[in-house]
Amino acid sequence: MPTMSYRDAIRQAMLEEMRRDPAVVVFCEDARFWTMPTHGFVDEFGPERVPIMPISEEGFTGAAIGAAMTGLRPIVDYTIANLMYVAWDQIVNHAAKNRYLFGGQASVPIVFRAAMKYANATAAQHSDRPYPQLMNVPGLKIVVPSNPADALGLLKSAIRDDDPVVYFEPLRLWGTKGEVPEGEHLVPLGKAAICREGTDVTVVAIGDAVPAALKAAEVLSGEGVDLEVVDPRTLVPLDKATILDSVAKTGRLVIADPAHKTCGAAAEVAAIVAEEGFASLRAPIVRVVAPDVHPPFSPALEALMYPSPARVIAAVQSVAPAELMAR
Amino acid sequence: MLRIRRFEEAVMDIVRKGQGIAGAVHICVGQEATIVGSCLALRDDDFMVGYHRSHGHPIAKGAQLRPLMAELMGRRTGVCRGKGGSMHLADFRVGSLGETAIVGAGIPQAVGAAYGARLRGTDQVALCFFGDGAANIGSFHEGLNLASLWSAGVVFVCENNRYAMSTALADTMAAGSVAERAASYQMPGTIVDGQDVISVFEAVSMAVERARAGEGPTLIEAHTYRYRDHAEYGNLKLSHRPEDEVEEWRRRDPISVFSAQLLASGVAEEELREIEEQVAAEVADAVAFAKASPAPDPDELFDDLWATPLEVH
Repeated sequence: MPTMSYRDAIRQAMLEEMRRDPAVVVFCEDARFWTMPTHGFVDEFGPERVPIMPISEEGFTGAAIGAAMTGLRPIVDYTIANLMYVAWDQIVNHAAKNRYLFGGQASVPIVFRAAMKYANATAAQHSDRPYPQLMNVPGLKIVVPSNPADALGLLKSAIRDDDPVVYFEPLRLWGTKGEVPEGEHLVPLGKAAICREGTDVTVVAIGDAVPAALKAAEVLSGEGVDLEVVDPRTLVPLDKATILDSVAKTGRLVIADPAHKTCGAAAEVAAIVAEEGFASLRAPIVRVVAPDVHPPFSPALEALMYPSPARVIAAVQSVAPAELMAR
Repeated sequence: MLRIRRFEEAVMDIVRKGQGIAGAVHICVGQEATIVGSCLALRDDDFMVGYHRSHGHPIAKGAQLRPLMAELMGRRTGVCRGKGGSMHLADFRVGSLGETAIVGAGIPQAVGAAYGARLRGTDQVALCFFGDGAANIGSFHEGLNLASLWSAGVVFVCENNRYAMSTALADTMAAGSVAERAASYQMPGTIVDGQDVISVFEAVSMAVERARAGEGPTLIEAHTYRYRDHAEYGNLKLSHRPEDEVEEWRRRDPISVFSAQLLASGVAEEELREIEEQVAAEVADAVAFAKASPAPDPDELFDDLWATPLEVH
C-alpha cells in the first residue's frame, strides 16, 4: 500500500472527486498558497471551479449554499476552524436547515473543511475544536478523521453525500504519514473504527486523541492492561453500536477528546453509554478532555490542554480492574 | 398584483379571526408592483430568492396558491409540508429558492445560484429580493462584491419600504440611497418607482438582459411602501411612522395605478371585473383547501432533515 501524509490524503480526495464530478467546486481563501491542499487546483481546474476568494466567509458560504441548492457540490475550506464563526449564520441557520424548512425540496451537498490549529501556539482565536457546537445543530453530518486513510476515504464520501458535512482536521496530524489503500478508497460516514482490539478498558478517542490513545495502549500492554481503542470517525451520525458493544465487552470506558468538556463530544458519548449501556459498566466513565478554559498562547500552558498518552494512561489506571493494576 | 393582494387579505382575515395561522406573518400589501414587475421580467426557469416579507413573491413567480396557503396554516399539504411557514415559502418547481428569516442572508445565496448556473452551462438568472434594512448588513456587501467579481448573473431588487421593522432607513444608513452603494461594487445602481409595475418591469428587464448576457449584476432600489405594520400582532404598533404617511402612499396604490393605466389604454372595465372575480374564487379555493387539509402526522417530525439518512443503531 502507498504511504501518504494526512494533508496529501485530503488533497488526493479533492483531486479525485473534482476529476470525477464537474459539479465539485472549491471555495477557499489562498487556495493557491503552497501549504494549502488546494495548491495547483486553479491551474488544473481553472478559476471558475476554484475562484480566487476575498476574505468573505459569510459571503462565500452563502454562495456555496445557493450553488449547492441548484446543482453544484461545493467544498468550502475555512483554512482555520475558528473562521467558521464568521459564517455561523449561513452554516447553522441555512446550510443545516434549508432542506427541512423547505420540506425536502432542497439538498445542500456541501463539505465544510475546517483545520483545527490547536497545540500550535496560535492562541484562543485560532485554536478551537468547534465540533461539539455543531453536534448541537441537527442537519449537519460531522466527521473528524484521525489518519491519512480515513482522511481520504471520509472526504470522498463527504463530497458525494447529499447533506452538508463538516469535516474537521486536527492540523497537527497534517504531517503524519500512513498507509492508504490503492485504488478507489471510500470510508462510509457513520461507521466507527476499532483501531486496536482489547479486553480490559475501552478508550473512545476523537481526532488526534486517537494516536495518543494508541500510544497509551502500547505502554499499558507492557503492564498487562489491554485497551480497546475505538475511533468514532463520524460524530454525527454516531455509531453507537460499536461503542456500546465495546463497553459491553470491557465494562470500562475512558473518552479522550481534545474539545472542551462541557456539552462536548465526550459528554455525549458518556451520556449514551450511561443511558443505553449502564448494565455493562463496572467502573465510572472517565473523560480525558480539554478543560473549560481558552487555549492559552504560552506553549507551557497549552501543553496542559489536550489528551496526551500520559493523561490517557492515568485515566485508564483509575478505572482498570484492581487485579490488573496490582500485577 | 391582485392575486397577491387578495391572498394577503385572506391571510390577515384568518389571523384576525384566529382561524389557523400560527406565529408571525409579514404582509406585503402595498409592495405588489415591485414584486410582480420584477418576477415578470424572469423566465420560468430563472431563480428567485425572497425574504421574510415574501408571501407574494412565489405567487409572482408562478406558484400555486393552494400549497402556499396550506403552508401558512401549517398543513401537511403545504408547499414545505408544514416545516417552513410564513418566512420560508419555497417552490423549487417554479424557481422559488426559498426565503430566509435572517435579514440579508439570501443575498449571497442568490449570487451562488447565479454562479452555479454559469458553471452548469445554463443562462439562468437569479433575482434576489430584500428590504432596505438588509442594505446595512455584511452579507449585502459581501454578496455584492462577490457578484461583481464573478460577473454573476444576478439582479438585486431592494424593496425600500422605508422601515426596518420599527426603524426608519433614514436613521440607520450612512448613504443617500441604497442604489448608490452599487458604485462601490462597480455595478449599475438605479432607483425606480416601486408603485408602478411597468417602471419596475422595464428596469428589471434591462438588468435581467445584462445578467443573462454575462455582463454582471445590477442593483435596483424600488421605492415602495407597506401598508401594514411590520407584522400582524393585533393592535400593537411596531413602526414609528407618521399617521398620514400610510394614507399618502395609498393614494399611489400599485393596483389602482395599473388599473387606471389599463382602462386608459382601452381595456374594458368588464374585463377587470372578471379578473377580480376569478382571483377572488382562486383565493377562496386556496383557503378552503388549506382549511380542509390535515395537520402533519407526528411521524413526519423527522422527515426531510436528511437527504441521505444513514442507518445508525
